[in-house]
Amino acid sequence: MTAVKTALPAPVVELLDAALVAELTVVAPFGPVTYPMIPLSDGSRIWFTSAALFSRKLTHIKADPRVCVSLTDPAAVPVTPFRPATIQGDARVIEEDLHEGWERLLPLWRAKEPVIDEFLKKRFGIPLFFERAVIEVVPRRVFLWPGPGMAGEPEIIDLGGED
Amino acid sequence: MAALTIPDALDRVSRYERAVVAWVGTDGYPVSAAADFSVEAAAGTLTVGPVAAELGPPDGDDVIVTFSHVRPQPGVGYDQRRYVNLWGRAERAGDLLRVDVGRASGWDESETPFFEYAERSVGTARRYLDEVGSRPRLSLGWTVFLATRLPFLTATLVPVALGGAVAARHHLFRWGWFLLALLAAVAVHLGLNMANDLYDQASGADEANATPTPFSGGSRVLQYGLVSRRAMLTGCIGLYVMAVGIGAYLAAARGWGLLGIGAVGVFLSLAYTAPPFRLVHRGLGEPVTALGFGPVMAVGTFYACAGRWSWETVLASIPVAILIALVLYVNQIPDRAGDAAAGKRTLIVRWSPSAVQTGYAASVVAAFVAVVAEAAAGVTPLWTLLALLPAPMAVKVWRGMRSHYDRPYELMPAMQTNIALHLLTGLLLVAGYLLAL
Repeated sequence: MTAVKTALPAPVVELLDAALVAELTVVAPFGPVTYPMIPLSDGSRIWFTSAALFSRKLTHIKADPRVCVSLTDPAAVPVTPFRPATIQGDARVIEEDLHEGWERLLPLWRAKEPVIDEFLKKRFGIPLFFERAVIEVVPRRVFLWPGPGMAGEPEIIDLGGED
Repeated sequence: MAALTIPDALDRVSRYERAVVAWVGTDGYPVSAAADFSVEAAAGTLTVGPVAAELGPPDGDDVIVTFSHVRPQPGVGYDQRRYVNLWGRAERAGDLLRVDVGRASGWDESETPFFEYAERSVGTARRYLDEVGSRPRLSLGWTVFLATRLPFLTATLVPVALGGAVAARHHLFRWGWFLLALLAAVAVHLGLNMANDLYDQASGADEANATPTPFSGGSRVLQYGLVSRRAMLTGCIGLYVMAVGIGAYLAAARGWGLLGIGAVGVFLSLAYTAPPFRLVHRGLGEPVTALGFGPVMAVGTFYACAGRWSWETVLASIPVAILIALVLYVNQIPDRAGDAAAGKRTLIVRWSPSAVQTGYAASVVAAFVAVVAEAAAGVTPLWTLLALLPAPMAVKVWRGMRSHYDRPYELMPAMQTNIALHLLTGLLLVAGYLLAL
């Protein structure tokens, strides 16, 4: 079943709000690469922040912006009842201000990982961890499975190509 | 992420509950789906599914299969981070995918702590930052704090205070000369810290070190790109010029013998890592440190105050000389792999772990025996026996070395206690002198 909408469906927003980890898959020259990361969202876009230390994914995204984000682990995505989802979209890397630009997402990050504030106070100890790019994903299509597993046929929701 | 052998990776995935398989769809967008899995270790394959045939991937497509785990920690975030990635060609058998694994990578923070993982990724960060024309930065205060390794100044404050205390016992203490001596000692110490970073970068010792801690592995400001080599060199030269200038003035004002003491101090500080001497590479770092941060600084301060040499100061500084050498000694334990790779053959590199631990115990005993012997012989005031009070801290350090010799981050409390042992013992020696006034 395919539906056309312009914003992320409520069950997916609920998953994104709760998720401690999502799997971000990018397209590298040698094929797909998946990175477990904390997803942040305002209900219409999905953001990740990536330290300069772990920046290979940024290179891949800049070469091919097509990505997908999956929410599959009930332990890392504590939502009941759990319905796994995959979101395809177009990503862009925001890297104009690696030092402070990502901090606009800090409230969303802090909500999921409060200990980040303690790390931030000790920024001088791990300075390269806090030089961070933002990955912004504009969702294009959602696959939402009906039950806790992904064996059945997913509901496919096209999001209308909103920019 | 680190490369894994395929048998190792297939063995690891048994610890996960589900797989996430991803591939690139016909429209160029990746698709991913979670699924159950089973491993055929002997064949080097993995069966994943069910995955709906309408989703893909087409038969023979390249896929990545990811296994990821975290343990949520409410109010904190999560821990127990680990993941494994397997790449291979997928053949469809009904709604199952049989993946012939060709490559694997992963990370498990219980094996490679996050800080080590981050340190091993510094090269990636530097290349990325260069590519986007960005530079990491901290405030000027933090940058200076890190580049000079300011907290290690306790190594200088203790012998300088002791030299001043011995002078005070003989009613020869003079604030002005004391403060100038302190300033010169601080300048040479901060200068040598920067010189040490420059030479350790040149030799590759700091680059090869993947487990630096706040107490070991250098300041890292060069490795992280926070300070340029040129700026570091400028700061280093500036501090040495300041130290030599003050030393020359003190020598002219208080006696030319001070020039010899200062020259020995500057020579030792540079010869520690600078070629052609590179004394620390020859296993002489500990005696050099003991001499420089013991008798040289203590006697230099006494001389600045009193205008003459003092054997009492030499003897009184022996315990702090031994204990500061032991600070270096223990702090080199996490560095030993990188040091060995760069040909920096410290005692820790040369000796077995049990020999290192025995060496620590013997040296600590020698330091506190010196405290007792010098007081008993009347060289130092009886009040200096107060310096025995921190001695039990050495047991904690020794136990930490025994338990965490191969775990740099777990060794940190022992390193911190060892630094406190030197500081407290030294300050109580000073207090002993002051109480005897």
